[in-house]
Amino acid sequence: MSLSLEDVTRIALLSRIELSAGERENTREQLNGILGFIEQLQAVDTSGIAPMSHAVDVVQRLRPDIVTETDRRADFQALAPETEAGLYLVPQVIE
Amino acid sequence: MKWEVVIGLETHAQLQTKSKIFSGSSIAFGAAPNVQASAVDIALPGVLPVLNREAVVCAIKFGLAVGAQIAPRSIFARKNYFYPDLPKGYQISQFETPVVSGGGLMIRVGSGDTATEKFVQLTRAHLEEDAGKSLHEDFQGRTGIDLNRAGTPLLEIVTEPDMRSSAEAVAYAKALHALVQWIGICDGNMQEGSFRCDANVSVRPLGQKEFGTRREIKNLNSFRFMQQAIDFEVQWQINEIEEGRAIRQATVLFDPDSGETRSMRSKEDAHDYRYFPDPDLLPLEITADWIAQVQSGLPELPQAMKTRFESDYGLSSYDAAALTMTRATAEFFEDATAATGKGNGKLCANWVTGELAAHLNKTDMPIEASPVSAAQLAGVIRRIADNTISNKIARDVFEALWSGDGKDADAVIEAKGWKQITDTGAIEALVDEVLAANQKSVDEYRAGKEKAFNALVGQAMKVTKGKANPQQVTDLLKKKLSA
Amino acid sequence: MINASLKQLSAALAAKKLSAVEMATIFLDRIEKFNPALNAFITTDRAKTLAQARAADESRKVGAGGTAISPLCGIPLAHKDIFCTRGWRTTCGSKILADFVSPYDANVVEKLAAAGMVTLGKLNMDEFAMGSSNESSYFGPVKNPWDVSCVPGGSSGGSAAAIAARLTPAATGTDTGGSIRQPAALCGLTGLKPTYGVVSRYGMIAFASSLDQAGPMAKSAEDCTLLLNAMAGFDARDSTSLERTPEDYSRDLDKPLAGLRIGLPKEFFGEGMDTDVRAAVEAALTEYRKLGATTVEVRLPNSGLSVPAYYVIAPAEASSNLSRFDGVRYGHRAAEYDDLAEMYSRSRAQGFGAEVKRRILIGTYVLSHGYYDAYYLQAQKIRRLIAADFVAAFKDCDVIMGPTSPSVAFAFGAKSADPVQMYLSDIYTISTNLAGLPGMSLPCGFGNTQLANPMPVGLQIIGNWFGEAKMLNVAHQYQKVTDWHTRMPEKMR
Repeated sequence: MSLSLEDVTRIALLSRIELSAGERENTREQLNGILGFIEQLQAVDTSGIAPMSHAVDVVQRLRPDIVTETDRRADFQALAPETEAGLYLVPQVIE
Repeated sequence: MKWEVVIGLETHAQLQTKSKIFSGSSIAFGAAPNVQASAVDIALPGVLPVLNREAVVCAIKFGLAVGAQIAPRSIFARKNYFYPDLPKGYQISQFETPVVSGGGLMIRVGSGDTATEKFVQLTRAHLEEDAGKSLHEDFQGRTGIDLNRAGTPLLEIVTEPDMRSSAEAVAYAKALHALVQWIGICDGNMQEGSFRCDANVSVRPLGQKEFGTRREIKNLNSFRFMQQAIDFEVQWQINEIEEGRAIRQATVLFDPDSGETRSMRSKEDAHDYRYFPDPDLLPLEITADWIAQVQSGLPELPQAMKTRFESDYGLSSYDAAALTMTRATAEFFEDATAATGKGNGKLCANWVTGELAAHLNKTDMPIEASPVSAAQLAGVIRRIADNTISNKIARDVFEALWSGDGKDADAVIEAKGWKQITDTGAIEALVDEVLAANQKSVDEYRAGKEKAFNALVGQAMKVTKGKANPQQVTDLLKKKLSA
Repeated sequence: MINASLKQLSAALAAKKLSAVEMATIFLDRIEKFNPALNAFITTDRAKTLAQARAADESRKVGAGGTAISPLCGIPLAHKDIFCTRGWRTTCGSKILADFVSPYDANVVEKLAAAGMVTLGKLNMDEFAMGSSNESSYFGPVKNPWDVSCVPGGSSGGSAAAIAARLTPAATGTDTGGSIRQPAALCGLTGLKPTYGVVSRYGMIAFASSLDQAGPMAKSAEDCTLLLNAMAGFDARDSTSLERTPEDYSRDLDKPLAGLRIGLPKEFFGEGMDTDVRAAVEAALTEYRKLGATTVEVRLPNSGLSVPAYYVIAPAEASSNLSRFDGVRYGHRAAEYDDLAEMYSRSRAQGFGAEVKRRILIGTYVLSHGYYDAYYLQAQKIRRLIAADFVAAFKDCDVIMGPTSPSVAFAFGAKSADPVQMYLSDIYTISTNLAGLPGMSLPCGFGNTQLANPMPVGLQIIGNWFGEAKMLNVAHQYQKVTDWHTRMPEKMR
């Protein structure tokens, strides 16, 4: 599997990472190098093997339905690039 | 050409928990922006989700209520996309193994005796978190983000493409709306967004097997809009096809002002959600014991109750359906019936679906807020049943109770002196008086004019201000006139 | 003092030979003196540190109200900058968090603070823990104190360099594919990655959630034991944190090793290991046999697949974990942009370094439509095969040993041009993360001895699930009869 420049552009868009035209070719080569390396996984016969998503084989612990959090908006919004009237501001979202 | 409409619904029901699905923040509606957005909700670096047990209980209740399979092990997955109201850049949802699959809902389409029943199959229901809100006004070309809603627990309920008209879609949505409130997992408040529907709509030539290309109408927040939106969309699709244009899959919004649906612009870059099992959340296990425990706490379900009403009280399917539309209505009816005796079930049903429903409708009031309680209505019905008052007087008593004029039926009857005259001697004297004073009517009746008899009954009732027992009056009049 | 064990430091504080303030000052002064050459610390704050030291002195004076004072009370340590530390800048080695002052404490930070430990500062690291050389930090590379032309290893390179240079007696680290063990090996220290789920991940900035695990780094196994006792334990805020009866990890430290069965995976002793590393590891094994252990060959037939499987799974999880850095609620936002899409992509392009971007792109790709099964799902299946190999191997042995890293510390730039070469630095450590097993590295000699600066070699011990106490016992018994762990670079005295 080898990535084309269009593939790189699509992945970069999905990842929301801007790549200049110049960076794209370089990125393509590097990603293809890595993909070439992980390609060896394809040769392994894994039929009948269940995928392992977690390092431990236990089930989920659940939380009681209790409100434990208090208002920390001022602390949190002190970290934000842009806020107004308690809202985080971003460029206009068009639907 | 004849066209067939195919509709599937996806409903997001906000679950009635105290805290969010993966954090300890409150989900109370109406708080100031972002004060209910904790470190987990705003996705600070390093924070982790922990699942709210009550949200799972809600899903189990729903699964039981619709006769679905509840997965002994289900998986939470990440749905990846960037949006400012989605703080983590992914939504925690369920993808391959949802908590609930299968099951279905019986719906009633149409009204009265012409109504038909139909079973709508459910595909699945899964747990997920809600996103925040984007506010587009007032910030000079900027969008404001409020994350109070982010992380609110949702149950997304997906049907098979089983509905064939907007009426069926609305009937399903109403039945689902009633059910989630009935089992206490959702408050059903559509204005506040607690119950939101998306409709997948397509059309195909009648008789064709394959589905047409569908368009998804997002965020239908009232039943009326649902009907309008689907009707518009169906007509639009038919027109497109008839004019030779193919339907392209799209997400559309309904504009209530214009009554039209339009395609959303922001979705142009093809989504690739890259679902994968959330490594922060281990498999969710639901044991048979847990299901049994939830089952034991579940109220009697509307369908079962309807059947019971029909057999226990001899109600028509229509009445039983009307009484089991909401749990509050059913409880009101059962409370009233219990207080009057089972034999009066039919009478109680008539009053709840008749006089009471009419009053509630007129004032746009839910039955929970009815000024006439079940006990008060039972009091009225008891006096009808024991002939203390006539049906006509009963309506006046009800009216008095509705406007707070008296604490119960007996008090009203007493205060107004509306007690029915049933004493045979008194009624006989009354009848003689009426016959003597209305010789003209007597003559006409004897001459074969049936209507004249009604006039005599009317006179008797008028003289007694409706208090005479109409049956006794009728019987005595007949006896005297034929003598 | 600077070479003292945590036990000795604790005794000195208890005997009032010096105060926590004096102890912290010694290390702060050393940081001031040596850090400019090493770049191990990203952030220090003398006032905050001394305030914590004063508080520790106070609790040692008045007692902790009936409960025993932790032996760690008043002892300084430093945190890898991946741990959110309330009121401290927490950067994760990235420009995107360069100005992020955490509004909360990670569970690990909270627990060590509760024990009375004094924070000396925040330690440099590979950006978002992605790297094996500490060359990917936005705050510049960390130098290896044994030879400043060499890398300290990564991603916990700042932690390793700071301890090796005796700028702190102990540090926290995190290990996703070897990030505690490999720098510990390259800098001559002892570091332990616990079984997945033993230490809470809450407040530890996620790289690959199903692999990340925090652990202690210090000079000796005994020091690590004290630290692990304070760090480990159930945390309700981490769904993957395990509810287990608390253990005393020091309980087996003094057990003799007679009868210990050491498994030596054939695959760890083949090609690819440098001869100097091999010599040191073999010598260590000889030492273990002298202590009464026996060695047995075991097989980990799929371990060769661990690096490629890891470079599917870890980037996949990372691509999603790092989506929250979008310039909306915190972190870097580009100064100029035309619309929302550009704000996102430019802020992230500016905020992330080259290696992080590469891994996000690879991760996005392996999860994307049409490739998920071939890459991600296949890697998850191979992960199970790798874990199953360990289950089989542990039927024949109590611990597994081998090299931590195929080579001693390498020069800056030696591997940075070829990502895959860099990835292979973790060839011996990655499989334990995939399996969720505990692993540790301890110094076992020096390599590169023909050059001016001999460089440390690490011996890796892999334990069975929840075998931390056993591993620490095995390491401690070795350290009782060897002195590799007490060596420090002469130039740092």
